[in-house]
Amino acid sequence: MGLMDKHAIIEKNATLLLVGSLLVVTVGGIVEIAPLFYLDNTIEKVEGMRPYSPLELAGRNVYVREGCYLCHSQMIRPFRDEVERYGHYSLAAESMYDHPFQWGSKRTGPDLARVGDRYSNEWHVQHLAEPRSVVPESIMPSYAFLKDTAIDVKDFSTHLIANRRVGVPYSDDMIAHAGDDLTAQANPNADTSDLEGRYPKAKLGDFDGNPQQVTEMDALVAYLQMLGTLVDFKTYDEAAGYR
Amino acid sequence: MKFGTEIVVMCVFTFLALVAAGFGVDEPFRQHMWVLFFVLLGFVIVLLRNTSFAPAAPVDPSAYMDGPIRYGAIATMFWGVVGMLVGVVIALQLAYPDLNIEPWFNLGRLRPLHTSGVVFAFGGNALICTSMYVVQRTSRARLFGGNLAWFVFWGYQLFIVMAATGYLLGITESREYAEPEWYVDLWLTIVWVAYLVLFLGTILKRKEPHIYVANWFYLSFIVTIAMLHVVNNLSMPVSLLGSKSYSAFSGVQDALTQWWYGHNAVGFFLTAGFLGMMYYFVPKQVNRPVYSYRLSIIHFWALIFLYIWAGPHHLHYTALPDWAQTLGMVFSIMLWMPSWGGMINGLMTLSGAWDKLRTDPIVRMMVMAVAFYGMSTFEGPMMSIKAVNSLSHYTDWTIGHVHSGALGWVGMISFGAIYYMVPKLWNRERLYSLRLVTWHFWLATLGIVVYAAVMWVSGIMQGLMWREYDEQGFLVYSFAETVAAMHPYYVMRAAGGAMYLAGAVIMAWNITMTILGYQREEEPMPGSVPALQPAQ
Repeated sequence: MGLMDKHAIIEKNATLLLVGSLLVVTVGGIVEIAPLFYLDNTIEKVEGMRPYSPLELAGRNVYVREGCYLCHSQMIRPFRDEVERYGHYSLAAESMYDHPFQWGSKRTGPDLARVGDRYSNEWHVQHLAEPRSVVPESIMPSYAFLKDTAIDVKDFSTHLIANRRVGVPYSDDMIAHAGDDLTAQANPNADTSDLEGRYPKAKLGDFDGNPQQVTEMDALVAYLQMLGTLVDFKTYDEAAGYR
Repeated sequence: MKFGTEIVVMCVFTFLALVAAGFGVDEPFRQHMWVLFFVLLGFVIVLLRNTSFAPAAPVDPSAYMDGPIRYGAIATMFWGVVGMLVGVVIALQLAYPDLNIEPWFNLGRLRPLHTSGVVFAFGGNALICTSMYVVQRTSRARLFGGNLAWFVFWGYQLFIVMAATGYLLGITESREYAEPEWYVDLWLTIVWVAYLVLFLGTILKRKEPHIYVANWFYLSFIVTIAMLHVVNNLSMPVSLLGSKSYSAFSGVQDALTQWWYGHNAVGFFLTAGFLGMMYYFVPKQVNRPVYSYRLSIIHFWALIFLYIWAGPHHLHYTALPDWAQTLGMVFSIMLWMPSWGGMINGLMTLSGAWDKLRTDPIVRMMVMAVAFYGMSTFEGPMMSIKAVNSLSHYTDWTIGHVHSGALGWVGMISFGAIYYMVPKLWNRERLYSLRLVTWHFWLATLGIVVYAAVMWVSGIMQGLMWREYDEQGFLVYSFAETVAAMHPYYVMRAAGGAMYLAGAVIMAWNITMTILGYQREEEPMPGSVPALQPAQ
């Protein structure tokens, strides 16, 4: 076994062993991950995707913070039962502005990729505060405290700036109005025409039943209500999107 | 002055933590910095109380440095019990949701505490302390870099405390098994590079010509985790005085980067590192050489090359392009071979010493570990087949699989290594009690069997209920009905976990008594003492 004898060289040289094993472990990642950044067909061509509105982004941060992804996926697989239960299978394009992604890995609770528009705001608030009062079988924890936690509106534009730095196309206009947009979206009496221009299809109104204050409950419900509602599937070409 | 520099540096960092606590831009960050401030302050006080102006005694450069290893063994045991206890708590929360206490003790915040607690606090400390033990003895050299080993040990504990308290405060990147936020990640990077320097430096000054096979595995684990950690945690902080950051990648690229990391946290943290443990402690405990040198070479290179490719099997049938999914599946199936190569090499090391299974409960524990390694590395490739995965994904089956690997392989081999090391580290003749090891062995083994079997049943049942149609073509079950059906299994799972935890508590007792110098008077293990034959 000539080759095996040669292995003794590596066994006697720590630097060779270090460099050798580092080279061996880099190959897989380079071959699998790097092409996703330059292959054009990785993300399907769709109409309707836009960055999150400030209120939705704040809600998404609550979703991340509370570890919702540990029990709820946001990734519908292309099976008959999943499509019937949850809606059209998820596209890569639908999470193109998600930093980080929230596909999840476990369904202790149902998939939420298309939960938007399925239930009323009141249902969501009641369900988040006291899950078993609306779904007796539920084993979800209570999140009533979100109703009492105000959102820090003042410096919210810094969140949009951070997102822009990692590639989300927030315009200067969006960043300049981040705080106003955040408050306006949860205020039923606000003039929201600019907001709707910047963030088409944004859900408007007082979400948590307390118009005095923008709370984390407002934000989370605004986020849940828009999930899966952006892409216009009437214009989506399934054959072209397959890869 | 003893600890002079350390005290000054620590005082500066303590002050900086206080400043950050005052000027942080978000509430969780300020709270987190208060935690950091008090931890560092405590550390400064301990250093001040232990300082002295007498000249330090010269260090014998030929003696092994075992201080950090002793601390590491204790830390392993402590975090092990804590992490498993949190596991039992969240298992009970799933069965009895009223046990959630919002906001800090909801399942969503406790679950990362459990996974990081057992993987990084228990497993990480076990890896760090055993690697320091093994590399010195197989290189016949003292640890490199003076007090560097102490920095690695305490720095790593600080990482654990910051990660754990951060989860409870809601500070998370939501990347599974890489949840800590950017500043905690930066700290871990510093500690990890120090660990690499410590380990590699010790190998470089070895007095043995060959680098022992256990060290190949430890080294590849350290260097690969460094790569995975840095790439997966690339992110953009909102403010340098805030806890929130946004990951550098989005959507599909972010998902694959995360699972490239996630699967290799299993492959390198929980496999390669622990194989290093196996390659030293199994031969030592059974007093036999490693079964095959050639097999160890082949399976080492094959294992580290193939593992890295397996990540996409966590994303089957998702929006990840099909070519990447297929590649991930093919490599996952190939991975079965080197995994079993390692298992065979570990098990066959017992050739000629199988009788020790009857007489030595530590050997029994190690053999059970390797057996579970073989079982879960068969189950894993099977679950990575797309057709199987379509049923198993998103269900409890995955949870069961992870636990048969984590409790069976990682837990048991670590327990074996700690049982082996502790009497030697504290110069005790033997453990406090071998009978207690037997109790631990059976509680742990039965606990795993209950856990894994229950999760098989609940996982497969869950998957089948989700996709069940009646004759008219309607879905039979609402989602809520499938949740209700899981209840008995969640109760049984908690019982299985509690058995495993009970075993770990017994071990902690046994180890504590050994360290304190007690020996329990007990009957020797049957068969360990040759029966006296009557004179003819």
